[in-house]
Amino acid sequence: MATILYFAWVRDAVGKGEEVVDIPDHVATVGDLAAFLSARSEGHARAFADLERLRAAVDLAMVGFDASVVGTREIAFFPPVTGG
Amino acid sequence: MIRVRVEQADFDVGAETDRLTFAGVGGIATFIGVVRGNGGLVSLTLDHYPAMTEQTLHDLAGQAATRWGLAAVTVIHRVGTLHPGERIVFVGTASVHRATALEACAYLIDRLKTDAPFWKRETFTDGRADWVEAREADDNAAARWS
Repeated sequence: MATILYFAWVRDAVGKGEEVVDIPDHVATVGDLAAFLSARSEGHARAFADLERLRAAVDLAMVGFDASVVGTREIAFFPPVTGG
Repeated sequence: MIRVRVEQADFDVGAETDRLTFAGVGGIATFIGVVRGNGGLVSLTLDHYPAMTEQTLHDLAGQAATRWGLAAVTVIHRVGTLHPGERIVFVGTASVHRATALEACAYLIDRLKTDAPFWKRETFTDGRADWVEAREADDNAAARWS
């Protein structure tokens, strides 16, 4: 089980900020997870339609879509950051 | 001394600068970001990823302190809804000499814009509300420090 977090317009598209997901064995990377999550609802599909517009963090560290999700507890998807 | 805060309330610029002022410090550089408010902007709402924000700001402040040998660093970022003219971010660096304080301050504000998980949503006078898109110029500004 892992907690998936969504922020900014990604959360708006998915319709929630957080969900707990049982990640199947064939899902090895952040990219695999994005593909797996996109099948959950129309909103998820919209959020994950263009991975170029998304960034991801695994256990609080920014990572690429080829990073492993095996054994991780928290994965977040969000747009490029706009603070400061 | 590294101080990092993420909060809704405004900060006291004088008090924060005083905390960076002590014996051994030769110069203090501060940056204060303000909500600009052009193009009919009514308000700005900041979303963030709390656990990661704290960690990222601590990491960046620590990197700056080590790289420029700072005596103290303060980073404060506000969240929630802010209006034009309101302060949004404070970066203060205290060092033995001015050059290191100024460079470290510029580094922190550049990296904060590209690394810290904050997202701005703008609301305009005509009722429109949009998430702000990241700017390539910010990526380029951050890249010059690597």
